[in-house]
Amino acid sequence: MNNLTIYLAIGVILFVLGLIAVMTSKNLVKILMGVELILNAAGLNFVAFTRFTTTNLDGQIAALFIIVVAASEAAVALAIILNFYRQRRAIDVNLADSLRG
Amino acid sequence: MNVASSLFAQILFVVFALLTVVSAAVVVFSPRIIHSAFGLLFTFCGVAALYVFLYADFLAVTQLLIYVGGILILIIFGLLLTQRVMDSKYFEQSHQRIAAGVLGVVLAGVLFGVVLATPWTQAPRPDTPTTEIIGVSLLTQYLIPFEMASMLLLVALIGAVWLARTKRGHHE
Repeated sequence: MNNLTIYLAIGVILFVLGLIAVMTSKNLVKILMGVELILNAAGLNFVAFTRFTTTNLDGQIAALFIIVVAASEAAVALAIILNFYRQRRAIDVNLADSLRG
Repeated sequence: MNVASSLFAQILFVVFALLTVVSAAVVVFSPRIIHSAFGLLFTFCGVAALYVFLYADFLAVTQLLIYVGGILILIIFGLLLTQRVMDSKYFEQSHQRIAAGVLGVVLAGVLFGVVLATPWTQAPRPDTPTTEIIGVSLLTQYLIPFEMASMLLLVALIGAVWLARTKRGHHE
């Protein structure tokens, strides 16, 4: 039960759920939540591979860098969302069409 | 004695795995965005618990500190500043539901097939604490990525402050 496959399965489920959130949601904050789910799935896979297939800790360090990147990504994304809300009074992604030709 | 093999630990593992998956589903499918935010809280905690089961002690604590204490608070602040979360009649709109559902199921099937069909090499790591090894390798083997990460955080911080600040002359 407690082996590599079950962790990879949890990672697959988290990844697919995050992808569905990114694809279906019109809400910028919910899209950000989907991205966080995907990053968590990647981190879980890295740590599971570190535990079961290698003897060093490279995967855990990769997961650590994923957390760092996720933190900076969330900060910048929230700043963009706040700016967008200030201009459009809503955060529906369909309103972000200023660059449409 | 291997801690992870006792019955109590197995039950605990199933509980945390279910918590992670179910609350992730709540994040995606809940019509109320504030419920999604709280679902995300339980997903992050569940992943941290799974890290504990994988003997990644330092990473589990980091997950709790950064994700639950930082990123989630940031997301909830963003929600409160931009949404009508207190309006009980307001529900999330979503689009492309069928296409996304079909693609998600197909992709999950393919990934499950790959996971089950691949003969992963099994070389379990000894159950030692990880903090000292991570600290030493961050300052020796991974020194350049470590410094790049600190630069990235600095740039992201300054960029976020610059982007979110109210521009002069644009007050409403």
